[in-house]
Amino acid sequence: MKLRDIAGSTEHLTCGHRLCTGCAEPIIVRQVLHAAENPVVVANATGCLEVATTIYPYTAWKVPWIHSAFENTAATISGVESAYRALKRKGKIDKKINFIAFAGDGGTYDIGLQSLSGALERGHAFLYVCLDNEAYMNTGIQRSSSTPRGSWTTTTPVGEKLVGKPEYKKDITEIVAAHGIPYVAQTAPSHWMDLMTKVKKALKVEGPTFINVASPCPRGWRSEPEESMRLSRLAVETCYWPLYEIENGVWKINLKPKKKPIEEYLAPQKRFAHLLKPQNKHIVDDLQRRVDERWEVLQWKAEVSQQRSQQKQPPQTPASQT
Amino acid sequence: MALNGAEAIAEAMRQINPDVVASYPITPQTIIVERFSEFVADGLVDTEFVAAESEHSALSASIGAAAAGGRSMTATSSQGFALMWEMLYIAAAMRLPIVMAVANRALSGPINIHCDHSDSMGGRDSGWIQLYSENVQEAYDNTVLAVKIAERQNVRLPVMVCMDGFTTSHAVERVDVLDDDVVKKFVGEYHIDHPLLDVNQPVSYGPLALPEYYFELKMQQIDAMTNAKPVIEQVSRAYGSISGRSYGLVEPYNMEKAERAIVILGSTAGTAKSLLDDLNDPRLGLLKIRAFRPFPAAEIAANLRKCKAVAVLDRAASYGSIGGPVFSEVRAALYDESKRPQIVSYIYGLGGRDTTTDMLKTVYDDLDTIAKTGKPDPVQRFLGLRED
Ligand SMILES: Cc1ncc(C[n+]2csc(CCOP(=O)(O)OP(=O)(O)O)c2C)c(N)n1
Repeated sequence: MKLRDIAGSTEHLTCGHRLCTGCAEPIIVRQVLHAAENPVVVANATGCLEVATTIYPYTAWKVPWIHSAFENTAATISGVESAYRALKRKGKIDKKINFIAFAGDGGTYDIGLQSLSGALERGHAFLYVCLDNEAYMNTGIQRSSSTPRGSWTTTTPVGEKLVGKPEYKKDITEIVAAHGIPYVAQTAPSHWMDLMTKVKKALKVEGPTFINVASPCPRGWRSEPEESMRLSRLAVETCYWPLYEIENGVWKINLKPKKKPIEEYLAPQKRFAHLLKPQNKHIVDDLQRRVDERWEVLQWKAEVSQQRSQQKQPPQTPASQT
Repeated sequence: MALNGAEAIAEAMRQINPDVVASYPITPQTIIVERFSEFVADGLVDTEFVAAESEHSALSASIGAAAAGGRSMTATSSQGFALMWEMLYIAAAMRLPIVMAVANRALSGPINIHCDHSDSMGGRDSGWIQLYSENVQEAYDNTVLAVKIAERQNVRLPVMVCMDGFTTSHAVERVDVLDDDVVKKFVGEYHIDHPLLDVNQPVSYGPLALPEYYFELKMQQIDAMTNAKPVIEQVSRAYGSISGRSYGLVEPYNMEKAERAIVILGSTAGTAKSLLDDLNDPRLGLLKIRAFRPFPAAEIAANLRKCKAVAVLDRAASYGSIGGPVFSEVRAALYDESKRPQIVSYIYGLGGRDTTTDMLKTVYDDLDTIAKTGKPDPVQRFLGLRED
């Protein structure tokens, strides 16, 4: 995969959409679609990506695309994929098609969790891409269960009693991994090669796969539009957003950066501005402690699961049911 | 064949052999999916069966499947229907010809598993065609008809086939089931013009439509409903020629000379017919509404205009309204008539309360009084309500 080839290949999400300047979502979508070798059919949850790309009678999508509601992208693509299997069996279709669902963190971590879990458990063959911008951006920056502790949002304002969101960010990647599906990964658009390699891997699997992608949002993160890719990189380099994958139960860290302090990631984002005041240092320390702990646990998981996989065959997942 | 209503619908589904069936169990619908799963397990159908984790997802998957280019069906009741509510509108707006069996059941709370129409009445304005079945035979026939109606090019709307929970879903009756080949030929192949799976001609389903377009898109749905009326009649006639059973939008019973009439949906129409047969009185009639959406206003007015007094029986309350939902519309349908009958609303059978021929007899008696006094007072009444 060469950058030059990618640059020359067909765009499946065209310009003319109305996503904000500096939004990482179209960048991620284009990287994902460039990595797909077979024709794809896309399902999209309600959210920024959906509303900004298909304002009737226009559409920015050059691939078949369906949006039905907010919380049911996984269920919708389950139906599409089931029809595909039925029509294939009846000999009415012979093409190999890949199915990809895009949803925000709100549509994945919160309201869409049930339909995602159901679809994963049933073993439908599709790739689910979560565009994690850490809040409900489309409705105007409200907290989601993906919003990090201490972050300002319009429903976790900074006031006398509360300093941003009190709770920690939910770890959806691990929750998805607990479904025992064949492929789960976390990546970021700053690391496009990592992202595209993971998409290619996921689309080769016959079964459900999940990729969580950090998606900087200048409006919600209160950051400069031109900073998005740098923030994506900082998320990785501070180990706030480690690049890793879980293939058939084996954890693998794809990049072990020289860990930068969490402040470097927080400082350019005004959603965290209050944390840099001396009286809130304990929250930053807490975030750092959590990043360190989780990074440690991740390394431990990778080590143990790799040793285990060398000793014996990894447990077979029952996902391929074509 | 002796079948209950749920099995009869499952049997029709086997013969239709849809591409995808997605559903979630809820009493009294469950038997449909259980029987259908057996057909899948025994290889009697080519269907992909999606055992969804909720009704919301079941209908979402049906939407995905239908948009993909597959014939898709589902089934539900009560709370499941309520959970689907958001997706009912979306299925209709995408103009997807999904067929859904509804075993009517009361809504919580309090929780109650028995029949009334409060579930499907809640979805009456969602853009779905609604067919109500009087008995097991109609539940079967309506399922086959529904596929053909839904998929007609100038309709392209989802259809729900309603039957009364337990009364019809669980009651075993003798049913005339058509041959598999006959059904297969009647419903034909599923075809939509722009399936999602046609990757060479990509389309976008479910975009955002702002004030410049939303209204016109809704107008197209309104037009499709208007188109559905003659289509239901045509398809029913075609079905009559293969089955010997012909249906209209409404079914008049003993209406030729009727002065007093009851208007009703579903299984209680059967109870009324049996009462009328016993009474053998040409002044008493019954008008059964088979298609509640699209609403057959003209047909209803034509049947009722000669009556002196009419009672509309609703198996769902419309809180704070002047009567049940069917009453309001029947009354509106009569507004343009130069001579209108007196008309009253009865709420009956909520939560599975039995409705007997004796009770219906009291309605005809009340209508006699109303016809004489010319005063439907009170306009809203309750049939079979305990008074102690
Ligand atoms: C059932 C339902 N509840 C609420 C909404 C309103 N809503 C639309 S998009 C959205 C937030 C989307 O946030 P997220 O999934 O994180 O995606 P983003 O817009 O941030 O990319 C909400 C709350 C809805 N469409 N449907």
